Amino acid sequence: MEPVGRVHSRTVVIPSSNIDTDQIIPARFLTTTTKDGLGSQLFADWRYRADGTPNPDFALNRPEARGAHVLVAGRNFGCGSSREHAPWALLDYGFRAVISTEIADIFRGNSLKNGLLPIVVDEPTSRWLLENPGADVDIDLEAARLTLPTGLSVTFPIEAFARHCLLNGIDELGYLRSKIADIERYEAAQAT
Amino acid sequence: MGARTLFDKVWAAHEVVAETPDTPAVLYIDLHLIHEVTSPQAFSVLKGLKLPVRRPDRTLATMDHSTPTSTEQVFGNVPIKVDAAARQVRQLEQNAAEFGVELFGMRDSRRGIVHVISPELGATQPGMTIVCGDSHTSTHGAFGALAFGIGTTEVGHVFATQSLLQRKPKTFAVNVEGRLRPGVTAKDLILAVIGKIGVSGGTGHVFEYRGSAIRALSMDERMTVCNMSIEAGARAGMIAPDDITFAYLEGKPRAPKGVAWNTALARWRMLATDTGAEFDAALDIDASSLEPMITYGTNPGMVLPIGATIPDNAGDVIFDKALRYMGFHGGDAMLGKPVDVVFIGSCTNGRLADLQAAAHILKDRKVAPGVHLLIVPGSQTIKREAEAAGYAEIFKAAGADWRESGCSMCLGMNGDTVGAGQYSISTSNRNFEGRQGVGARTLLASPFTAAASAVRGRITDPREML
Repeated sequence: MEPVGRVHSRTVVIPSSNIDTDQIIPARFLTTTTKDGLGSQLFADWRYRADGTPNPDFALNRPEARGAHVLVAGRNFGCGSSREHAPWALLDYGFRAVISTEIADIFRGNSLKNGLLPIVVDEPTSRWLLENPGADVDIDLEAARLTLPTGLSVTFPIEAFARHCLLNGIDELGYLRSKIADIERYEAAQAT
Repeated sequence: MGARTLFDKVWAAHEVVAETPDTPAVLYIDLHLIHEVTSPQAFSVLKGLKLPVRRPDRTLATMDHSTPTSTEQVFGNVPIKVDAAARQVRQLEQNAAEFGVELFGMRDSRRGIVHVISPELGATQPGMTIVCGDSHTSTHGAFGALAFGIGTTEVGHVFATQSLLQRKPKTFAVNVEGRLRPGVTAKDLILAVIGKIGVSGGTGHVFEYRGSAIRALSMDERMTVCNMSIEAGARAGMIAPDDITFAYLEGKPRAPKGVAWNTALARWRMLATDTGAEFDAALDIDASSLEPMITYGTNPGMVLPIGATIPDNAGDVIFDKALRYMGFHGGDAMLGKPVDVVFIGSCTNGRLADLQAAAHILKDRKVAPGVHLLIVPGSQTIKREAEAAGYAEIFKAAGADWRESGCSMCLGMNGDTVGAGQYSISTSNRNFEGRQGVGARTLLASPFTAAASAVRGRITDPREML
């Protein structure tokens, strides 16, 4: 995995709360057997009209959204299904971070394993971001710090090990495999 | 050692390496369930690294999400209608053969929804850690297992090491005392819990459902409750195993036998939460106050007693958006609203007790003209049991569409979908926008409520028909 350290980008705002993984990537697109190409189906039912043309009212289709790598969303982003296709679709589209006041457990874990930063902020910071779409924000993973264009800077919680792996491009499976001797000992003890 | 919860005991027994401030715990996984949708990319990782599945003997595969439910496509010569789904099915067959994983394939008499067949086989047992690339893995917590959904990267981790890196979650006691009244089911109970806690109220926690109302539930009902823990944001939901659990498991094909059964029983009886053990959070619910519940919005927390009216939160943009999607208005009564489709099935309510409840309502009655009632058993075993018990005949006589097992219309991956703008009363677990088909409007309810509403063609309080 490529190391992730800093994300500096404009934001795109989807203010809805409880955006579930069925919205992020509807189930009918889960018949793929690879991780690639899901970006075109990201938020498909909000992004495209019934005839397949882009819905001009949807945030991702506005001209100012082009090239933005940070998604700001309402409370409890990523709830519902465990489909890892959700962070795959967000990453394939070009997002590198998602900011909300709450991020659902499984989605958060899946995101960290793929290099998408799940960033939980307090209510006032979230409100400012929701009210200022297109704001230029800076995310410093090393310092676990989000800086707004106002100069206001807040730290965000991030699990220490996941942060270490992201900063150094370490695949968690490699670390887990380094514990095989412990796993073998555990299995042997269970068998007796 | 001080008083411990059920969760604490199961967690501690599976810690290969304890967590530190810098590193998560290495948690051993006893049982890994896989299906066709979230496993292909994990098998690809193994192939890339030239690694085997470390413990195929602790891995069970089936196909459920994208599989057809029409008998002609499952058993006949009609090909699977959805091409990509057919590819996924073939890929799982190839992967299972290549890696030596036991597969309950398309025509296997034991196939079914992954969370239905594992308990049915007796593979799900108290005190186990169980994972699957599916959020409704929480179902298995009904047996006192720690069971949770994982992503595909983690499916790969379990393939390669039979372990996962995990931070220890917090505990949350959901205390339900009293008795459910007639016509009020386990589904209504869990919908009420989600209504109270909210769809993110359980984030970071593992629920333990406790109290006299929980103890009185059958295993089928306990599975319904634990199944929807994830809809309150909880990673898992657990119920301490007791004599009801043991009676369910005894004699199941993969349950321990003979001396091993007695040893297991002694171990399982130690799992219940100790008196005085503390939880990080708690909620108390009076079961006797509950009514049949129905959702009115676009997440399972937007739920009401069936006789209630939709709240009027005009001006709340997100609430208004949900009602607009549903075609409802603040102040509307739920009772009497028209219904187009009724779906009875899923890992939430596709077990025999659920079909029995539906049959109880549908006996000597007909589905209302213009309503499509789709009944999909949770497994092929349940299908046979429902046929032997006469339920299938009742369904067919009522005009219902009786199918082969699978996830089906719960998420509409296999082509079983609800049309845009149509109203569907569904016994499944998610009423998200488009969950059952693009533009579909889903109302979650119990099998009683679903069956009663199918008969009247309108949202109906099932207690009028019991």
